Amino acid sequence: MSDGADPLAAARRAVWIDTEAEQRVPLGAPLLDGALGGGLARGRLHEIFACEAADATAASGFAAMLATRLPGAILWLRRAGARGVPYPPGLAALGLDPARLILATLPDPTALLRAAADAARCPGVGVVVAVARGESRALDLAASRRLALAAERSGATVLLVRIEARECPSAARTRWRVAAAPSLPLAGRAPGAPALRLELPRRRGGPPAGPWLMEWDRAERCLRPFGETRGDTFADGVLPDGAALPGAVPAASLRGPDPGERRIA
Amino acid sequence: MTLSDARARVPELAAPPHDPAADLRWLGALADFCGRYTPMVALDPEGALLLDITGCAHLLGGERALARDAVARLAGLGLGVRPGLAGTPEAARALARFGHGGARGEAEAIARLPVAALGLGPEAETALIRAGLRSIGDLAARPTAPVTARFGAEATARLDRLLGREESRITPRRPPPPLSFVRSFAEPIGRVADALAALSGLAGEAERALETRGLGGRRFEARFYRGDGRIRRVAVATGLPTRDPELVSRLIAARIEALADPLDPGFGFDALRLDVAATDPLLPEQIAAGPPEPGSRERAVAELVGQLSARFGAARVRRFLPRDSHVPERAALSLPALEAEAAAPPWPAPAEPGPPARPFALLARPEPVAVVTEPPDGAPARFLWRGATHDLARREGPERIAAEWWAAPGDLAETRDYYRVEDSRGRRFWLYRLAAADRAPRWFLHGFFA
Repeated sequence: MSDGADPLAAARRAVWIDTEAEQRVPLGAPLLDGALGGGLARGRLHEIFACEAADATAASGFAAMLATRLPGAILWLRRAGARGVPYPPGLAALGLDPARLILATLPDPTALLRAAADAARCPGVGVVVAVARGESRALDLAASRRLALAAERSGATVLLVRIEARECPSAARTRWRVAAAPSLPLAGRAPGAPALRLELPRRRGGPPAGPWLMEWDRAERCLRPFGETRGDTFADGVLPDGAALPGAVPAASLRGPDPGERRIA
Repeated sequence: MTLSDARARVPELAAPPHDPAADLRWLGALADFCGRYTPMVALDPEGALLLDITGCAHLLGGERALARDAVARLAGLGLGVRPGLAGTPEAARALARFGHGGARGEAEAIARLPVAALGLGPEAETALIRAGLRSIGDLAARPTAPVTARFGAEATARLDRLLGREESRITPRRPPPPLSFVRSFAEPIGRVADALAALSGLAGEAERALETRGLGGRRFEARFYRGDGRIRRVAVATGLPTRDPELVSRLIAARIEALADPLDPGFGFDALRLDVAATDPLLPEQIAAGPPEPGSRERAVAELVGQLSARFGAARVRRFLPRDSHVPERAALSLPALEAEAAAPPWPAPAEPGPPARPFALLARPEPVAVVTEPPDGAPARFLWRGATHDLARREGPERIAAEWWAAPGDLAETRDYYRVEDSRGRRFWLYRLAAADRAPRWFLHGFFA
């Protein structure tokens, strides 16, 4: 030790500096940004789990929504034979410029992980989205540590989308659980803005948070509490057509710690 | 001698049928084998290979040494070879066919060739011999005009090409690459890692050659020549022109690693060749100190695209360009990212407010679904897909998308009525109905909304 100080204190300081240096990208919704301590950490690994297999599009769509908030090229990695291919006009309709997108289709989970590691190492890439379906022995704690480390070095934000997979320990900065939610209908019972039920079962430096019912405001490219986009939140006082919102709670009942609280892990 | 004569003398004679196509394939393989000497190799269907060794011979210590090396190597494959070296392809071919040796110098050897070497056919040949012209030398000594008058312009033209009075070139079997670098080894290399190290040396040579020309390579091809005549070709492409030898070696190493059929050195590689198959202008640039500039980010992405394309195949890494078509399958053009231009037309911003009108993900092939409709307009109320029933709580439609009038029948030539639907649990789908006048409408699932 150079100055004879307590090594633990030095380590604490290093951790402190590390967290301080994190760049955060606000998601536009104070609810979420508060729970994330200011926004989504850039240059880190984040996991997005689909609640059920049928929520695959919701989880991938949430990754695309996060990618619109982050700058730089997007490398989208998917398995061959996965259900549906990202559709550029649909991405444009969400507010994501398809010109930023490079889509790679990989033959197996090992190749997917390898390509993700290569992409995460590349300093020119802004966002790496890897969509993995099913359990895979290749996607273990060590693999997620490698991805997290590569992301920290290069500054690329890695979003690992898991479908039909059990949640297991990982080196991710946050873990999201995403499900589709009934949208606020437009006139004539037409589907409204994309609605999602989000949960943060894991985040660095805080207890689990959520769930929240959010919707995507594509004009502003941000997530908003359900119903806020239209401005007249439940103006008529009833939840339209009384559709069942499985497990949904009103957006206002945020639980979790005070956003100002900071912990050092 | 007829086959029956031959069989009578040698009863155990084996006589396979003549297969000219197989012969030509074998000759093609031998032409590839000779790619180690020069990229300019042409096939002569009459069982000959023509090599343009201009500027290549010094690599093997001269023309004669090159010829000796080729004869020895081909003999190693069990072939008898007659080499001929001359200034024009015609002369070289004639010397190989009709040369007897013993002549001093190329001119004398050609002069001593029989007139048959002109290849004018037996009739003209007999006429020449009757006229007392037995060798090329005899014919060359004659004035041109009477020879043309008597035997035709073809005879004079052939004579000129044989004597080198007229310039002639071979038409190589494969278009020669702009730049090609070869290294032969006295002892075969038995390990792939060593071969790659030698290859990075060639990449260094390529860098210097490209730099003096102000070029960068877009496509590189490495050829590994095995001692037993097998050749492995490994090609990589880059999105931006490059001459960085480290990058080129890394891409080739990645490609080799990804080969389904691994690179097997066998008893060793005895030659390597690196071609720069496509080039683009690349001007020298200053290396900036300080934070990375936007240009360097683009270059890093281009390098990543090159690396992923080398490892997993260029077709697997794609970019998208907008296309002016309202048919959903045609609204986006998907291109290998290596080939997509950086300066692409911008994507049109969705104009109308409200939820996305196009799905986030599209099925590669629309899947038929069973739909329960509700009166009066026949909108979908419930559908069954892959064994799961979706009760629809919200829907919007139909959005009629007609086929392009120029579409051929069967080629997306049906008019579709699209519905945006959402089931009771909030999952959003894109369904369409194909209406036919004479039968019940058919329904398909085409995409998923976020």
